[in-house]
Amino acid sequence: MRPLRFAIALVSAALAAQSPKYGVGRTPTAEEMRAMDLSILPDGTGLPEGRGTVADGRDIYAVRCARCHGAKGEGGDEPKQSPLVGGQGTLKTPKPLKTIGSYWPYAPTIWDYVNRAMPLDRPGTLTHDQVYSLVAFLLRMNGVIGENDVLDAKTLPKIRMPNRDGFVPDARPDVEKPAKKTVAKTSGS
Amino acid sequence: MAGWFTRRRFFEATAAWSAFLASCKRQTPEDAENGPRRVGKPLRAYGERSEFEKAARALPTTKILEVGSSYTPLAETLGIVTPSALHYERLHSGVPTIDPAAHRLLIHGMVDRPLIFTMDDLRRLPSVSRIYFIECSGNSHLGYGRRDSPTVQLSHGLTSCSEWTGVRLGLLLSEAGVQKGAKWILAEGADACKMQRSIPIQKAMDDILVAYGQNGEAMRPEQGYPLRLVIPGWEGNANVKWLRRLKAVEQPYMTRDETSKYTDSMPDGTAREFTFVMEAKSVVTFPSGGQKLPGPGFFEITGLAWSGRGRIERVEISTDGGSAWQDADLSEPRLPMAFTRFRFGWKWDGREVTVQSRAIDESGYVQPSHEELVAVRGPNYEYHNNGIRVWKINVDGTVTDAAA
Repeated sequence: MRPLRFAIALVSAALAAQSPKYGVGRTPTAEEMRAMDLSILPDGTGLPEGRGTVADGRDIYAVRCARCHGAKGEGGDEPKQSPLVGGQGTLKTPKPLKTIGSYWPYAPTIWDYVNRAMPLDRPGTLTHDQVYSLVAFLLRMNGVIGENDVLDAKTLPKIRMPNRDGFVPDARPDVEKPAKKTVAKTSGS
Repeated sequence: MAGWFTRRRFFEATAAWSAFLASCKRQTPEDAENGPRRVGKPLRAYGERSEFEKAARALPTTKILEVGSSYTPLAETLGIVTPSALHYERLHSGVPTIDPAAHRLLIHGMVDRPLIFTMDDLRRLPSVSRIYFIECSGNSHLGYGRRDSPTVQLSHGLTSCSEWTGVRLGLLLSEAGVQKGAKWILAEGADACKMQRSIPIQKAMDDILVAYGQNGEAMRPEQGYPLRLVIPGWEGNANVKWLRRLKAVEQPYMTRDETSKYTDSMPDGTAREFTFVMEAKSVVTFPSGGQKLPGPGFFEITGLAWSGRGRIERVEISTDGGSAWQDADLSEPRLPMAFTRFRFGWKWDGREVTVQSRAIDESGYVQPSHEELVAVRGPNYEYHNNGIRVWKINVDGTVTDAAA
């Protein structure tokens, strides 16, 4: 039966594709995977335990962040593109100010990035509680949460960022082909 | 070559050009044939370029050099391969020092068999070598709001082209057995900030390399030593360096570098995300900003073209402000998602003139003018600027940005 044979071939091909061909590499231990796997989805999946407050974040910010980002998150001289506060309503204007408050679509991404990459000179030195507190302070400064809100793995993903719906898919190619103006190759210049 | 370009003229022009170049370089008395001749330098284990060669990456003027970019001196590179030492850099957290004997690549997530590879493991697997350009999507971004890049190095130097050697990512993923429902791969680097990007599974299974080699040797530390992703034709940021982890996942992770950065602001306030492909682009590297023509006569206009959608099909040159376009010669090899070198014999009559190139790739896409791009995307569109760059040759032979 041709259809049956075809079906068997398909299944075999699928199985073949799923079998290791070279057998190089080894199975990692659960501990190895756990140690490396800090991946946080925009819905908050992967956020670790811990909690933080605006008040604590304000203190930590002053010590660890203000030097580059400015006392109020307005940004410093260097790195230049580091403002963290403001800009809501500017994205359509000739001078858009992209900050956490005006541009970032997901609150868990802020937690992930601060934890992953900040402070610039000593990434990886903030505790999880400190990161929650810093995110709370930054969101407070942007008017996204209240002064007494507490952030943890449950409350942070529930925050709706102001620019949550501001992103669209790639629409390129989007520039119409210019009119054909090529001339035949001429002799001489 | 244009019809008037006879063999004799070629030699005349070449001689004139060589004399011009020679006049720029230091002459030593030892050049003379007569007199005692000094024995040269001895053998050496790892070569260095001539002391007379000074081409260098341009560094930013900022104080912090562990974050930011250095720019390839495109006008001083020859052919299509960028010397590894001149390949542009983009750092988010400095260049880590990684002992390859201790480095591991973990593949996990929605796979049947999580795997961990040593560098020795990866080098055992079937390898491929491919010449690909990598371009930061921020390349030429000054050209949008501000037109103040005086040289092609600063306007276009965030792209380079190397021969990369490594294992196909699709092979590694097949070894791990990607499960149905896995639509993306989350890639993570081992730099201090552990940078992450999400990459669609179709591209991952297609032509992405997990590379360890660059231009015939292990890749440079600043390019990701000992291991990086090379994603043919896609924006540089996704080509995660110092690669240590690949996680098969259902949806993109919306990391900082794929939301708050590398997204493109449109006039209506929205921003395009996951704009991976680097569209066809070309630039004249000679004559280009900061150079000076010694006087009227023959010159070879040359430059580079590339496209994230495949091969460069044609490059056209205009020396009259964009009215008439003539085909440039394309040097072989003409490879998909690699630099293509173009050349165009041309005689300068000494009058003020503009020079520009536009690339057409095998998909039929035509590189747009700056104005055509801005008309669609608005002035706040920061990344993925592939607009035409126009150079102006002034009567004194100096070359400047025509839009400046």
